[in-house]
Amino acid sequence: MTQTIFAPWTDPAEKPLIEFDRVTKRFGDFTAIDDLSMAIYEREFFALLGPSGCGKTTLMRMLAGFDTPSEGTIWLAGQDIAPVPPNKRAVNMMFQSYALFPHLSVWENIAFGLRREGMPKDQLAARVDEMLRLTRLQRFAGRKPHQISGGQRQRVALARSLAKAPKLLLLDEPLGALDAKLRQDTQFELMEIQETTGTTFVIVTHDQEEAMTVASRVAVMDEGRVMQIATPEDIYEAPSSVYVADFIGDVNILRGTARQTAPGRYEILWGEGRAPLISESDTALDNGQSCALAIRPEKVSISADRPETANAAQGKILDIAYLGNLSTYHVELPDGQIIKAQEANTQRIARRSFTWEDEVWVSWTKTAAVLLAD
Amino acid sequence: MRKALVIAIPYLWLLALFLVPFLIVLKISLSDSVLAIPPYAPKLDLSEGWGGLMRFVSELDFENFAFLASDNLYWKAYLSSLRIAVIATFLTLLVGYPIAYAMARAPEEWRPTLLMLVILPFWTSFLIRVYSWMGILSSEGYLNQLLLKLGLISEPLTILNTNIAVFIGIVYTYLPFMILPIYAALEKLDGSLLEAAEDLGCSRTSAFWLVTLPLSRSGIIAGCFLVFIPSIGEFVIPSLLGGSDTLMIGKVLWEEFFSNRDWPVASAVAVILLLILIIPIILFQRNEQRQREADS
Repeated sequence: MTQTIFAPWTDPAEKPLIEFDRVTKRFGDFTAIDDLSMAIYEREFFALLGPSGCGKTTLMRMLAGFDTPSEGTIWLAGQDIAPVPPNKRAVNMMFQSYALFPHLSVWENIAFGLRREGMPKDQLAARVDEMLRLTRLQRFAGRKPHQISGGQRQRVALARSLAKAPKLLLLDEPLGALDAKLRQDTQFELMEIQETTGTTFVIVTHDQEEAMTVASRVAVMDEGRVMQIATPEDIYEAPSSVYVADFIGDVNILRGTARQTAPGRYEILWGEGRAPLISESDTALDNGQSCALAIRPEKVSISADRPETANAAQGKILDIAYLGNLSTYHVELPDGQIIKAQEANTQRIARRSFTWEDEVWVSWTKTAAVLLAD
Repeated sequence: MRKALVIAIPYLWLLALFLVPFLIVLKISLSDSVLAIPPYAPKLDLSEGWGGLMRFVSELDFENFAFLASDNLYWKAYLSSLRIAVIATFLTLLVGYPIAYAMARAPEEWRPTLLMLVILPFWTSFLIRVYSWMGILSSEGYLNQLLLKLGLISEPLTILNTNIAVFIGIVYTYLPFMILPIYAALEKLDGSLLEAAEDLGCSRTSAFWLVTLPLSRSGIIAGCFLVFIPSIGEFVIPSLLGGSDTLMIGKVLWEEFFSNRDWPVASAVAVILLLILIIPIILFQRNEQRQREADS
């Protein structure tokens, strides 16, 4: 049995559904989006990830039609969407606040968009019922939005925006108002709904875990620019810049200067009296170029004796963050540099091997770290 | 205990300044007119004890109410007041809604100023403001002068002492009571609801009819009642701006009291006016309560 991997972005023959072509958006003096180009493909679950104020919501509002680019063009299925008003776009949006109409019942809310299309009554009722089934809301059809819970409201908003079967669905921080447990369940629900309907989803979020869970590709944004667009694995394992490495998950950033010892093999000098770090990487760096090593804490081992690994340093445990299944050890090297190492808690906490003030070795292999030009 | 005290204050206020005067008016309405001071009988004299009270009660009757029902002047006046109040309320809504809408849509830093401007007329005496309308609307008034100068009319228009002047007066006077509740409702309106409506295929206009208007309904209802209720019994505006054919119950009431000195009939007119007003007041309360429930 062959399984085709969904990756239209690797196929040059594939036409993107949405294409941002050198889009700039200014609000007065403030540049919200700065000369941005990217492509989103059909059936993708595309996440825009970034800190607040990075321009991700502006990007989404331009897709919905509430803002227009100051420069550049946005193409949707080969059509320039700038002159198309929001009510004529095959794009629907799920609002962060859900924006459910408080004077209408759940059923009426979902039917709202279909009514505007002038869909015949029986067809409309069938479509609304289909949406209610999809989001498991049949029992609440007659309720008003203020009579249902936050999670149910979120599903009404989703059903309402999906009812018109848009080419593109925009989700603005869709799970922001839900608590952690409900959020997780809903993330999987969203993915399932996206798969069954085959709609292209673009989700805006500042929660990296959420983006990693749901998305086929993630665009990490900062200050109106896209820093990297890649699959969640690549964003995590092969960040293209220190910013992305630092933004996604926990990471140790060690700065130094590179010296090539063999093709694809570098020594990183990172301070007086420290043994150089050894790293194997495809990144091309000049001798003496300043660089940064990004190492995920879970790829750093912690041991009592000096291990045989390529990179090792001795230090003292300064702090332990207990996360239940994992513990993160903050190890301070003699010169004050702190390295975080993460270990699975395979033993009961009373039998933990290391504790505060212990002298330990932290170590990682030569391929564990990502070498980045700084 | 403290809670009971806090609640007691408004109730005592209502008791002393509304219920007790109303009972006095009710008592007078059941009395007979006489040439004396005060001009009605019987008078309640508690020094005679239980017997005196019983005699007093036995002398009260519903004669005045029967008289009101038999003379068609009164029910015509009631109907005419209702008609004028309904039309004036509708006109105030037509003028007030766009103003409230514009205020709610104005930049946030402007809103306190606009709100201030709406309330500003209250700083001048109501009577002076109605008198100035006489200066504006009379046949030699500013409005006619302006229209004549502009060449829009060749003869001065007769506006003063007609029902039109009464409508202008009521709309002008009660406009803030219409604007404020509608503004409050519109200001609460979440802008993303309109964006959602547009996103789902509404034009700007249909988004207004389908979202903005229904969601400002409670403000509209509150504003209409706040204008309608005082308009019915309005006396100053019809007597200063209205003409001889402007029939309003407030004017009738005044004439019974001060021209005819028939306090019992005047009191009966007032009691019936209050009974008529109780219906819209109850409806108004229901609307307010529903709104509070929806908000919570």
